[in-house]
Amino acid sequence: MISPIDFVHDLLNPDLAFLPKALLMAVLSSVVCGVVGTHVVLRGMAFIGDAVAHAVFPGLAVAFVLQGSLVLGGAIAGITTALLVALFAQNRRLREDSVIGVFFVAAFALGIVIISGAPGYAGSLQDFLFGSIVGIPDEDVLIAVVVGLVLMAVLFMFHKELVAVSLDRESARALGLPVLRLDLLLYVVVAAAIVISVQTIGNVLVLALLVTPAAAARLLTDRLAPMMLLGPTIGGGSALVGLYLSWSLDLPVGGTIVLVATAVFLLAWLLAPRHGVLAGAVLRRGRQARRVARTGAS
Amino acid sequence: MTATVAVDASAAARPGPAPVLQVRDLAVALGGRPVLDDVRLEVAEGELLGLVGPNGAGKTTLLRAVLGLVPSSGRITIEGQDARSGRARTRSARATRSIGYVPQRHEFAWDFPVTVEEAVLTGRVARIGWLRGARTEDYRAVRRALDRVEMTHLRARPVGELSGGQRQRVLVARALALDPRILLLDEPFTGLDVPTQEHLTELFRELADEERAVIMTNHDLVGAVHACDRLCLLNRTVVASGTPAELAGPEPWMTAFGVSAGSPLLTAIAQVAKARTTGSPDGGGSA
Repeated sequence: MISPIDFVHDLLNPDLAFLPKALLMAVLSSVVCGVVGTHVVLRGMAFIGDAVAHAVFPGLAVAFVLQGSLVLGGAIAGITTALLVALFAQNRRLREDSVIGVFFVAAFALGIVIISGAPGYAGSLQDFLFGSIVGIPDEDVLIAVVVGLVLMAVLFMFHKELVAVSLDRESARALGLPVLRLDLLLYVVVAAAIVISVQTIGNVLVLALLVTPAAAARLLTDRLAPMMLLGPTIGGGSALVGLYLSWSLDLPVGGTIVLVATAVFLLAWLLAPRHGVLAGAVLRRGRQARRVARTGAS
Repeated sequence: MTATVAVDASAAARPGPAPVLQVRDLAVALGGRPVLDDVRLEVAEGELLGLVGPNGAGKTTLLRAVLGLVPSSGRITIEGQDARSGRARTRSARATRSIGYVPQRHEFAWDFPVTVEEAVLTGRVARIGWLRGARTEDYRAVRRALDRVEMTHLRARPVGELSGGQRQRVLVARALALDPRILLLDEPFTGLDVPTQEHLTELFRELADEERAVIMTNHDLVGAVHACDRLCLLNRTVVASGTPAELAGPEPWMTAFGVSAGSPLLTAIAQVAKARTTGSPDGGGSA
């Protein structure tokens, strides 16, 4: 295990140029996913996030086979699936989770079929699924930064409308808001956040970036704005600590980051100020003590 | 009006102004199945109208049709002007402005981390407009609405920590944030205890008296007979409508709800209706 100071030295070492790039990508994806994840968690769309994450896979596979841009390929596949789910879910006969179940497994299956036909697929398959910190091209980093900024701006601009729809769809419709279009917008944002995160964290684990930090933040606060700040903070911090641990202990990067975030979630669950397990126990004991004091006094 | 029996002067004494909301020949089909047919309804300013009927009678669908959330045929006018426009015959901007909608409580995500004030402000989202933040007038409207439902002292509380009655008040305040002429309340009393129901009934009464037309669907028939100025018995179409005194007899209720003549419900309704008639200043009237 190397010390954090050695880690900083490694980050500045020109021979290890991929390392700061990986750190930037990991922290950026986690921060973006932390904000987007707030909507995902509050609306209970974790399963949609999962679907889009899997659906990105055939896009990556096609891009890999054609030697094209992975980000672009993933984006096309992810957004297409997100839109298909949103449209099919309007049909009341099938519940949304069934529609999602159909599309995401189909997309994933398509990805496996495509990539198994490509030469040298075993190694790259592992990178797609579990993430990698090497071999991220400079232009992908640039795209991720730009996309991340655009996503933040979009969420900021449509914040009050998205919240109104999440709170109460029927009333939002009655107010004249275009609910379907706002749903599509949110799905596209989720898809894009996943696409820029998938290379570092990996296809299977990216869902955790979307859900875990935001869920931990929800445990810590009852207000929306603090939650939208805490989510990305927890995500970004987990990415930093996770990458450090991964580098110094030679652990897989995506898995380590996700486990760090999970540890934060468990701590939040135990230690949350008002609703946490410990706070609950303390409150109960306090009530009991007061009751005992009262009966003793009377 | 179908099957109404004029009993005394109270029908003629109904307030003079033209109805705020007028529904004519309304028909709604959902998935090819007719749900409502030939519905005729009007509500005047200052009136509290109870919309009652058995499960599946189309009460909520009628509210949704008035809101333009489901396509319908027929005519809906608000203050004399057509409420619907466009090819889909759904809602016009005018309807959006004039109608406040209070859905059933379970439609709202109470676990969402927002305060009472923020929840009420979402009632003005469309008014505020795209890419804009709330302005002073919006916060002022929220304050007024919260004052109106007596929730100002809880404005900073997360919505998840409210009781059922308080939640209902938040939804009413959200609708009032646009200061609508018409208020549609969908089952506001479901799951609330009797004292809370009484407080809310008082509130709805006052809201109607402030130059609004208030329509509420209600499962508690006796409560509706007790509280409302007028009742509309709905079962796929309007079976009967009139003041509680006009509807004291058993026939319209037997038709609308399919209950037998011996049902204790009818006795209770007749008693409450009678009590209201004899209690009113212009009195008289026989059941």
